[in-house]
Amino acid sequence: MTRHASDDTALRAIAVQGLRKTFGELVAVDGLDLTVQSGEIFGLVGPDGAGKTTTMRMLCGILDPDAGEAQVAGADVRRQPEAVKRRIGYMSQRFSLYGDLTVAENLRFYAKIYHVPEAERRRREEELLAFSRLAPFRTRQAQYLSGGMKQKLALACTLIHTPTVLFLDEPTTGVDPVSRREFWKILYALLKDGVTVFVSTPYMDEAERCHRVALMDRGHLLHCDTPAMLKQQMQGELLEIVAQPQREARGVIAAHPQVRGVQVFGDRLHVWMDHTDENETALLTAVRQQGITVAHVRRVVPSLEDVFISMVAGGQR
Amino acid sequence: MPQRIWMIMWKEFIQIMRDARMLVVVIALPVLMLVLYGYAINFDVKHLPLAIYDQDRSQASRALISAFAQSEYFTMVAWLHNNPQVTQALDRGQAKVVLVIPTTYSADLAAGQTTAVQVLVDGSDATTASTAIGYAQAMVQQHSAQIAVQALQGAGVNTSGVSLPVDNRVRYWYNPELKSTNFIIPGLIAVILMMLATLLTSMTVVRERERGTIESLIVSPVMPVELMLGKLIPYVLIAFFDVMLVMVASVLLFHIPLVGSPVLVLALSGIFLTAALGIGLLISTVATSQQFAMTVAVMATQLPSVLMSGFLFPINSMPPKVQLLTLLIPATHFIKILRAVFLKGSGFADLWQPTLFLLLIGGVMLGLSALRFKKKV
Repeated sequence: MTRHASDDTALRAIAVQGLRKTFGELVAVDGLDLTVQSGEIFGLVGPDGAGKTTTMRMLCGILDPDAGEAQVAGADVRRQPEAVKRRIGYMSQRFSLYGDLTVAENLRFYAKIYHVPEAERRRREEELLAFSRLAPFRTRQAQYLSGGMKQKLALACTLIHTPTVLFLDEPTTGVDPVSRREFWKILYALLKDGVTVFVSTPYMDEAERCHRVALMDRGHLLHCDTPAMLKQQMQGELLEIVAQPQREARGVIAAHPQVRGVQVFGDRLHVWMDHTDENETALLTAVRQQGITVAHVRRVVPSLEDVFISMVAGGQR
Repeated sequence: MPQRIWMIMWKEFIQIMRDARMLVVVIALPVLMLVLYGYAINFDVKHLPLAIYDQDRSQASRALISAFAQSEYFTMVAWLHNNPQVTQALDRGQAKVVLVIPTTYSADLAAGQTTAVQVLVDGSDATTASTAIGYAQAMVQQHSAQIAVQALQGAGVNTSGVSLPVDNRVRYWYNPELKSTNFIIPGLIAVILMMLATLLTSMTVVRERERGTIESLIVSPVMPVELMLGKLIPYVLIAFFDVMLVMVASVLLFHIPLVGSPVLVLALSGIFLTAALGIGLLISTVATSQQFAMTVAVMATQLPSVLMSGFLFPINSMPPKVQLLTLLIPATHFIKILRAVFLKGSGFADLWQPTLFLLLIGGVMLGLSALRFKKKV
């Protein structure tokens, strides 16, 4: 497959302007604007129902948007959906494998469906089997593979026709951590071939591995930047507090004027606040006055998860 | 053949071959149905249970009774001695027919007078009853003719030259022994194949939807027509195998004569199968679950194919509007074709009309399926 993108759009693998989709009363995606550069791993992060899958389906040309424009790999998703389909690979949430076909048969099927020439197919098949370390299992039926192997096979099937843009919808959901790590290694390796990866994920540790991340909530794009910049944009500091009883402590802290948000992480509370030493002292005093024991306080470096939860909470306020 | 269609066919074939349940449906089900229904469905009325109330008890009455008893249509089950017993025998279903011979029977005959016998028939099963009446009438007529001839002989008339003035000579063509299996089995073949073919394809698209594989097909460059043809052709081949299986079984088990050309039967079966499989395919593109698809497939094919196709009931005696409706059922046309080729040995020249109907139905179904299958989620 050759690159179809013309020169001026060569750097933009995906361009989205004012994309909108409603299902009856529900606005699934509302006024979405974003640009994905060619050759980057772009993460779409958001809670369930944020509109990630809907966005991805519209970009793949299999769901018509109600309004807005989108160009993917140099083709318009509304006017040239079939051209888009030829240039992209899409791995949906449920890995679309034929369980009763073997590893090699699955690969062969998708290669032929995409009209990959025979010589190219053989080369590509060996390459992908080696790449995903599935070569020893080529005659095994897909239904008898482990979750991690199924997911790698689905990725291999998606890559068999050498797409320029790869869409992955929550590819690692339900996959063990070791396999997830391995999967991401494969994604990084793809960048060498100039493939653009557009991946949605509910996992923040995966979002941190993307070049750029878009935070989405209830159809809206909250922020789009590199993981590092997103963390910097957060105002205030993050305190980690362990206090008993936790429920009461949370109530008191949330009501405190300088506090921007409180989140529970197991036995710890993550507190965003406009931080000065006086503010911290005032807060702890207020908590202790309610008879709450504070076992532990420290300032922590916010993770993307903290940033994200804080942004979503801010959006909901 | 375009490689996408070829690939989809290849994939479907592998999936069928690896699915044990599917293989049972394809191989065992049609033969099982043929044997079961082939033996069960039978219009021949024989060995009707007959009870006798002989009030006369004479030599003459015994002669009439033995005429009934010796025929294969009736089997004597009881001797009755009074009227309540007659009612009882019919009420209980012990006898379907009761022959009542009056006390004056032999005396009337001896006096050269016309006498009457009463035949009581259980009319709750109308088909059996009318056949029974026919048999009984024929029997009594034959017997009275005999008595008349004997009377003439007794009077010294030479009867060798005497005959009835008009002799009604009926010959049954195509099925000289009027065996109902010869009529039933070709129809049964059509009904079985209709159900099987529709069932086979009805699950094929919805299965991809249930398993989530449909999304990767939709997002691929495959065209709806390619997908539909790729899914249809393997089932045409499999159903073709079933056609041969069922036909060979019919000839071997039920001794159905195949007067016409076997090649013609197979060729026209192919056209019929495309229509039936096309209906299944259309159901599959509409259905939301395999179970739903299966239910619709059975409902849409079984009842119309059995009741409205001319399989059991003649289309000519249906109301004109219903007759038009029967044209929409592929089994109607295929039954016509099968009966004609099997029993009459008809050639294609006699059968172009039902063939045309089958082609139309198949084309419309395939076209609708491809239209129904949108490449969107």
